Amino acid sequence: MEHVTVLAARAEREAAGRQATDKRMTAEQAAALIRDGDHVAIGGTLYSRTPMALVFALLRQRRRHLTVSRPLACYEVELLLATGALDRIVSSWVGIGLPWGLPPIFRHYVESGQARYDEWSHLAMGLRYKAGAMGVPFLPSLTMLGSDLARALDLQTVTCPYTGQRLAAVPALNPDVALIHAHRADMFGNVQVDGYRHMDADMARAARTVIVSAEQIVSPDEIAARPDRTMLPHFAVDAVVAAPYGAYPHECYGRYGPDLDHFGAYAAAAKRHGPAAGLRYVEQNVDAHADFASFVAAAGPARLAALAADAGELTP
Amino acid sequence: MTGGSDVTAEELMAITASRLLDDHKVVFAGVGMPLLASAVARRTRAPHLTIVLEGGIIGASLLPGRLPVSTNEMRAAYGARMLTGITDIFLYAQRGYFDYGFLGAAQVDMHGNINTSVIGSIERPRVRLPGSGGANDISSLCNQVLIVTQHEPRRFVERVDFVTSPGYLDGGDGRARAGLVAGRPGAVVTDLALLDFEPATRRMRLRGLQPGVTVGQVRDRTGFDLLVGADVTELSPPSAEEIAIYRELRDGPARVAVEAP
Repeated sequence: MEHVTVLAARAEREAAGRQATDKRMTAEQAAALIRDGDHVAIGGTLYSRTPMALVFALLRQRRRHLTVSRPLACYEVELLLATGALDRIVSSWVGIGLPWGLPPIFRHYVESGQARYDEWSHLAMGLRYKAGAMGVPFLPSLTMLGSDLARALDLQTVTCPYTGQRLAAVPALNPDVALIHAHRADMFGNVQVDGYRHMDADMARAARTVIVSAEQIVSPDEIAARPDRTMLPHFAVDAVVAAPYGAYPHECYGRYGPDLDHFGAYAAAAKRHGPAAGLRYVEQNVDAHADFASFVAAAGPARLAALAADAGELTP
Repeated sequence: MTGGSDVTAEELMAITASRLLDDHKVVFAGVGMPLLASAVARRTRAPHLTIVLEGGIIGASLLPGRLPVSTNEMRAAYGARMLTGITDIFLYAQRGYFDYGFLGAAQVDMHGNINTSVIGSIERPRVRLPGSGGANDISSLCNQVLIVTQHEPRRFVERVDFVTSPGYLDGGDGRARAGLVAGRPGAVVTDLALLDFEPATRRMRLRGLQPGVTVGQVRDRTGFDLLVGADVTELSPPSAEEIAIYRELRDGPARVAVEAP
């Protein structure tokens, strides 16, 4: 079903080094770790804590034949489709967000058969990453039973050897690469997150290569001051990228709200022009900038300050 | 006093649905009308109702006028008692903690199955919809499922094109045969009616009518042969208080004009 079995993924992690080395690099250097045909899992959910600096670096590279998985996917998937990078989406929901209606570029590619959409339930996505993270080939669950989702994916069931109960056997997913955006990381890859965690920890622990961008690179002492906030230890992380506003125009819990005007403009253009609008968006917002910081700066200090104030009002 | 004739279909649905939620229970709500109805219930009849959102949020408070459009954003987490991971939320549901799962539906059939995946066939979709999100899990795992949606023939179909989220599947003991050992669709709330499922066949059944609506009107707007309960009642209209609370939640606190000095 996927490139890598859970045992092969384990063997790789067994063999890999666990040195606490300086793993800092640029987003472009990190994106170069992704190869054509890879399965890339994108952290966060919908428009929350999306690793946008890393996604933009990936868009810049114009990879081909990628599969992308996400708990709920937003318009970053449309950008990857419109630039010809994506063959397959694995998710439970693909849209821009409820107020913006159906995603037109996604519809174009999937309805014409140019891209495949494997639709799992939301819990099944979580259990797929969790099984991958646990090093087991599947997890039993009551999700998806009896539904056409299960039929379309040929989801198998398993009978409990103790009780005889029939359960869905949700298969492990070990992505080739996981892209995660976090609040803080040290240079070794100890990673901290504030607020809700989405599926990021399981997604990262399941993945063969883990790239983390962070709002701030901090000292190991600062990590040690709040160890309860640490989501990933250094030995589960392969690359660390400094990316202030690294989820923009999506939100980052406690830091900045989503730039809904930016989405609105994108959604309106996509509705009018379809895939051409996605490509134009990438040319204007990715290709035209030297790096992600330059794209963020183009939003202007007033808008960024307003988004930060928004987060301040909503979080403790 | 009632809200009068200016009550919108959405207000009518949300307020009717809010009355199905009892105090000291836990509701797993989707965004939009289910969340609004849950918030209205907390402000009226069920002050101890715990609202859970799939983004990992338990005990959401909601800031009037700033309701979330995603279950994963800070607006959804406002005032929460607990933030956890998404998978964890669904595992609470699988464990049996959530009394109500509360969903909207693009298409629902006579056995309460919901389609939010595709119009046409999955292989050759006429319209590929965004997909399940957490809806399949909510309808598979929560103790009782409530559905709120507008009453239109194209939404109320005999059989959905695609079962994204299981109701009673083919009816009768269809859920048990599929291995769905828990949970059941309980009620459907629309702008015309309150419906439930007849216990033997698990077919949708009319139980209550919104004020001024007739059985014939409901049948006309339903795309299958609807069962009609023996004791169909007229639902009481939204009160002025319920409408005021709904509007404050949706739009924010009413602003009182203050003259400049």
